[in-house]
Amino acid sequence: MLRRLLGVLLILLSSGCSLSSEPQTVTFWVMGREGEVISELLPAFLQRNPDVRVRLQQLPWSAAHEKLLTAFAGETLPDLCQLGNTWIPEFAALNALADLDALAARSTVVNRSDYFPGIWETNVIGGRLKGVPWYVDTRLLFYRRDLLERAGVRQFPRTWAEWEQALAAVKRNAGPDRYAILLPINEFEPLLALALQQDDPLLKDGGRWANFASPGFRRALELYAAMFRNGWAPLVGAAQISNVWTEFGRGLFAFYISGPWNIEEFKRRLPADRQNDWMTAPLPGPDGPGYSTAGGSSLVLFRASRHQAAAWRLIEYLSESAVQVQFHALSGNLPPRRAAWQDPRLAGDIYARAFREQLERTRPAPAVPEWERIATEMQSTAEQVVRGNLSVDEAIRALDARVNAMLEKRRWMLARGGVS
Amino acid sequence: MTRIAPGWGFVAPALCVIGIFFVFPALAGLGLSLTDFDIYALANLRNLRFVGLGNYAQLLTAPRFWQALGNTLYFVGAGVPLSIGVSLAAALLLHSRLTRWRAFFRTALFAPVVTTIVAVAVIWRYLFHTRYGMVNYALGHLGIAPVNWLGDPHWAMPTIILLAIWKNFGYNMIIFLASLQAIPDELYEAARTDGASWLRQLRHVTLPMLGPTLLLVSILSTAGYFQLFAEPYVLTQGGPLRSTVSVLYFMYEEGFKWWNFGTASAAAFLLFGLIFAVSGLLIRVTRRWT
Repeated sequence: MLRRLLGVLLILLSSGCSLSSEPQTVTFWVMGREGEVISELLPAFLQRNPDVRVRLQQLPWSAAHEKLLTAFAGETLPDLCQLGNTWIPEFAALNALADLDALAARSTVVNRSDYFPGIWETNVIGGRLKGVPWYVDTRLLFYRRDLLERAGVRQFPRTWAEWEQALAAVKRNAGPDRYAILLPINEFEPLLALALQQDDPLLKDGGRWANFASPGFRRALELYAAMFRNGWAPLVGAAQISNVWTEFGRGLFAFYISGPWNIEEFKRRLPADRQNDWMTAPLPGPDGPGYSTAGGSSLVLFRASRHQAAAWRLIEYLSESAVQVQFHALSGNLPPRRAAWQDPRLAGDIYARAFREQLERTRPAPAVPEWERIATEMQSTAEQVVRGNLSVDEAIRALDARVNAMLEKRRWMLARGGVS
Repeated sequence: MTRIAPGWGFVAPALCVIGIFFVFPALAGLGLSLTDFDIYALANLRNLRFVGLGNYAQLLTAPRFWQALGNTLYFVGAGVPLSIGVSLAAALLLHSRLTRWRAFFRTALFAPVVTTIVAVAVIWRYLFHTRYGMVNYALGHLGIAPVNWLGDPHWAMPTIILLAIWKNFGYNMIIFLASLQAIPDELYEAARTDGASWLRQLRHVTLPMLGPTLLLVSILSTAGYFQLFAEPYVLTQGGPLRSTVSVLYFMYEEGFKWWNFGTASAAAFLLFGLIFAVSGLLIRVTRRWT
């Protein structure tokens, strides 16, 4: 009797374990606009995975970095998170991210070969996969077709030489109060894109030393400075252009290096009679179509998470091309995988076409935690060249010295055997 | 047997709070400033190095820090006297018998103090816009070419100073007004009987009577102005060419943007030392005066 009772109890217990419909709760931090639209994508996931609940938390971009680091220090990180891909090296150095190699190898959805190579690479730190690209952000040219035509530019420039000719022609035609291109002096992305087009890397020896004295970076900086010196670009920061879209419509500048979010903005904000006058195009390179930056956001799992399997299912769901197309429709964000781009909604978008082409030619920035600071330093040094306070030679020397000083701790730690 | 004075019992709760929330964090900050605590140290304390006074030496040899210090001194040197001057002038005007609608003006002039800096900055950005701003529009009528207020390294700091004065003068004005009202009328009557002009009354009655208030206001303003942060943060983000980076802004960048808490703490203590020295100097100078 007792034995039977025990047997029943055991069966109950074991079945209780396997059936245990105690749902797991996955905490998911999302930033900015993505945080608003993600709630529309979740119901389908929850329906397919009744054993998972998702607790969503929205962070503003401006506070996200600080909040994540504070959460790391306080051991209150979520299970998964959207992470700007320039932050991945930093959180990898903190040893906060889970390795995804094994999960991705087994996955039928996250298929490496379908992703744009430059974007995928930003997620690989020290040979290990630390995130899955969620959407991409690269910079290319928005331009005014009518202004180029009026300046006599028949063929869109593919090389730097052609681009310079086009810029000069547009400026000649525009007069002293208008410009050929807008390069906000506080944004480092345009100069970074020019620098990434070169064969020389920006840091050398495994990110131990600066490499700004390379001929490649010098060429990029010279072109950048020439754009201001020749009067092609106005010397302003983003804060001084009160409204980029209005000014673009008015023809203050004909070229603007910017990212995918501006497709929707220009569609919405330019007057109806201007809508046929603008287009997007890939960046010209030193001798032929050029590379650009590989920005965007990835989805990462944190090591400390106790719901990694469930969180990975959510990553897989968000990586499905159908979901990515839906995500694009909701947010305007561009998908990182080629399959999603075959959808007519994306393939048919004439403004997105240039991005599709550019995405095959992106290069990641150096994957070191110090990168954002280095990029800021690079831009503020370039600003000094543009304002005539430093020559290109002096700037490169100063930049190399400062960046080498920033990397001192990294060198010390690598010498001791590893960053984390 | 010594008895503990009962006074200690009364101040103990306050001392505890100050100790936990002020003295201890300050000491921890001092300790932090002797290390190279950064993001790597956050990951693993083995990555923390004791650097002694290295952070201080590094700061004192960094042109960036000296530039920030120069910008701060420029802001304090120009801002504090101007702001006190404007506050005093406004207080004298409001105190004058001839002024009507005194309560209305007092409120209106005090209003900038209680408005949020972010809202103010948005308006100011438009006012000082190079192409569409009202300031350049007005100057244009006087035949003055447009000035790139916030985009020119030479003009950005004066614009910030202007904003700070406008935003803060109301506070000191109220203090001045209160102590103006405390000056007995007999003094002015006596001065007038002696035939003193308005200017001489100001020089020999008003200012001496305001002496202690002036000292208080200048110490408070100096300490406050040394901690310049919000104005450049919302208006220029330290630019153009880092011409509006103050010591506090520098510290913020080091600490919360780049997570170099060691350097940031060292910068904080250097600023503390500076404010301490300048305030001490102010007190000593005025003591000799009176």
